[in-house]
Amino acid sequence: MSAITTSLAEYRHQLKSNRWGLWLFFLSEAFMFGGLLTSRFYLWGDTRPPLDQNLGFIVTVVLLLSSFFMNRAETAIAHDDRKNFQLNLIITAVLGIAFLVGVVGFEWQGEVRPTDGAYGAVLYGMTGMHALHVLSGLIFIMIVFFNGRKGHYSAERHWGVEACAVWWHYVDLVWVFFYPALYLMGTVIHP
Amino acid sequence: MKTFFSLGLIRGIVSQLIVTAIGMGITVAVRVAMGLPAWKAEPAAVVGALLGAIGFMFGVGALTDWLKWMKGEETPMRHGPPKDKPAWTRYFTVDYNHKIIGVQYTVTGIALIGIAGSLAMIFRLELSAPGLQFLTADTYNTFMSAHGIVMIGGILLGVAGAMNYLVPLMIGASDMAFPRLNAFGFWVTVPAALLIVSGMVFGGWDTGWTGYPPLSARAPLGIQLFFLGVYFIGLSSILGALNLLVTVARMRAPGMTLFRMPIFVWASVATSLIALTATQLIALSFLMVLVQRLLGMGFFDPNLTPEAVAMGAPPGNPLLFQHLFWFYSHPAVYVFILPGLGIISELLPVFARKPLFGYKWIAMSSLTIALVGFLVWAHHMFTAGMEEYLRLPFSYTTLLVAVPTGVKFFSWVATLWKGRISLETPMLFVLGAISVFLIGGLTGPPNGTVTTDLQLHDTYWIVGHFHATMFGGFVFPFFAAIYYWYPKVTGRMFSETLGKLHFWLMTPSFWVMSLVQQQIGLMGMRRRIADYDPALGIQAQQVAITIAGYIIFASVLVMIYNLVYSYRHGKIAVANPWNSRSPEFQIPSPIPEHSYEQPFLVTGEPYDYGLEGSVYISIKPDIANAPVAAK
Ligand code: HEM
Ligand SMILES: [Cu+2]
Repeated sequence: MSAITTSLAEYRHQLKSNRWGLWLFFLSEAFMFGGLLTSRFYLWGDTRPPLDQNLGFIVTVVLLLSSFFMNRAETAIAHDDRKNFQLNLIITAVLGIAFLVGVVGFEWQGEVRPTDGAYGAVLYGMTGMHALHVLSGLIFIMIVFFNGRKGHYSAERHWGVEACAVWWHYVDLVWVFFYPALYLMGTVIHP
Repeated sequence: MKTFFSLGLIRGIVSQLIVTAIGMGITVAVRVAMGLPAWKAEPAAVVGALLGAIGFMFGVGALTDWLKWMKGEETPMRHGPPKDKPAWTRYFTVDYNHKIIGVQYTVTGIALIGIAGSLAMIFRLELSAPGLQFLTADTYNTFMSAHGIVMIGGILLGVAGAMNYLVPLMIGASDMAFPRLNAFGFWVTVPAALLIVSGMVFGGWDTGWTGYPPLSARAPLGIQLFFLGVYFIGLSSILGALNLLVTVARMRAPGMTLFRMPIFVWASVATSLIALTATQLIALSFLMVLVQRLLGMGFFDPNLTPEAVAMGAPPGNPLLFQHLFWFYSHPAVYVFILPGLGIISELLPVFARKPLFGYKWIAMSSLTIALVGFLVWAHHMFTAGMEEYLRLPFSYTTLLVAVPTGVKFFSWVATLWKGRISLETPMLFVLGAISVFLIGGLTGPPNGTVTTDLQLHDTYWIVGHFHATMFGGFVFPFFAAIYYWYPKVTGRMFSETLGKLHFWLMTPSFWVMSLVQQQIGLMGMRRRIADYDPALGIQAQQVAITIAGYIIFASVLVMIYNLVYSYRHGKIAVANPWNSRSPEFQIPSPIPEHSYEQPFLVTGEPYDYGLEGSVYISIKPDIANAPVAAK
């Protein structure tokens, strides 16, 4: 990197501010996801649509696993271990893509259509909004991956990696709330 | 000419137009590929508008640095006016200095308020007689709806302008915590405003600013542009609030402990907490209507398709929209007024030469108003058919808000009490604000009480109520702030005569307007309607409101003339024309590019006006002995 690189003290000051900023953004987004959850309970009450339980379980496991590898990647760069850093990023991304394929490629081709009353609206609203966030996380991972290959991060300076990792965990955490709300709570009605 | 086309603004608009066209083209292509009829206006418009707004951000250059970061390049912080271009061009281009961004926000805000005001002038004229004179019902509705939302946009920008300009100066920060995000936050409001205004041309919409379904689910195309515009303004609010909170948390000068911050900073923090969180819900609710129209996702549609019935799916529910919408839009009214009330508290001690009464109480009342404000939203839904058992709790919480608001009133009165009051223009507007906000505040509790609200809802009484709260809580204090800080921004004094003229034209007219609106509301005039029954016998009052409205409009023109004229010809301003203790008044006017050469040191209380020998800050501190605080 070029001559404008800041001193470590300045970097650390900015780093703390960046963390504040990211976490405040999480707080903000939590209200949006909370609004979606509220809509689910308001409209579905104690019922739920007929969804493929196996699929729901598998994508959830896949996404949670991806968080583990993301954590490995971050730990690796914190120890200047570039090889494992890159490797774990790739695994995370592959699992993330698998999750998206599961949701968009399979769940969205299932019985429930977007136009199917409150079931369709809320199901596609929640999974769609979440999928958009996963997608943003994947793009983030890609950027971090290529910058990492150019040798940009170090044990002292890897805010980009940290932000990417925390973002990924956050999106995961949202799914931890969405999954039961969509797949587990309430009963399926068979009219 | 070359300068003109190198302006970020112009490049942004051109690129917005081009990308909008591309977006519409993509939509057509996708539809053809899916075997649908090639042209349908609504999807094309939505995709075009969405991409177009992003195109604007590329064109204006708000994303340039971030794109470089993504490629792993570092970008230097830019300071000062652009090289080899006139200095004024920086106001029309992406600039990272919070003072420039503050001015950009403020001026754009005033422009939007001007547009919205002009719309009101048109439909107020229509209302001065029963029957339809020169507008159709549809144009009336579009103008009325656009008036509301453009005003709200203008207010949000005005709030952001004041907070951006003042807060870093007041806490002794060199800038906001994230200057690029700050610039992004401002510039995204420009395509947003363009979308909303173009929505008036492309079909208009007839829902009022609230956009309730089912009406909004069937309104003309303009409503989609309105939704998208609000979405982007909301994004700006969220990012601005985030930036401000981090700035206050992280960048205070040494010795600037929380309870030594100027009171406006407290107000800004409370405001930002609301804007950061609640805004997501108006965005979500509008997005849900948008996709309901576009993709048939029936969040708010009580009708079911046969397939949905076969599946046992429950129907959508329009009431859900109101819950989501008001969860933002009630707290939003505090976004408008908390900074304004902060300005009142900030200016009163200066012009009364007395300490601010109950500093801590005022600081806490801002936070309390913000928090309680989250618990009252359903008072807008008493007549909407919501669950009956919700009425009473929401009635009580609503009345509870009057307590912290009352704290502020008592503090103001106590601050004025036995003060040595001087009545310059900013002070006049502060006093005007208090009088008007009193009207607004007193008309609130009857709306919050279920029994009375059942009569008052959707009448002109409500129109009277919220105009008084908005004028008292935002417009008057905003004008006070403009006059008060004008010398710091421009280095010139405004014309005191014109300032007083503005005040004396506007204030009595406003009293008349608001009180008469309330009166005809009680007599049965409904809100949001182009026509009324002559038998109501309220034409004289309608004419009075219209005339008062025109005088207010004219008085604002006087202010704009004053500001523009004085920019060139005003007296040169001294550093501290009002004898303020606030940090930004201890440095030269206009404030230099880097506000403070080094962080100042806070050694005393902010509002000890008239106390012998008290000091608030020292500008050239003895760094060696500085206490390590605010770290
Ligand atoms: C003492 C404090 C206040 C109370 C108790 C109060 C109560 C209410 C209630 C219950 C309504 C709904 C009336 C109805 O639609 O039937 C209402 C409407 C409204 N209030 Fe207030 N209010 C207060 C202060 C404010 C403030 C400070 C503002 C903003 C600046 C404000 C802005 C509005 C607006 C914009 C509406 C109309 C919304 C719409 O339907 O378009 N109010 N108020
Ligand atoms: Cu309210």
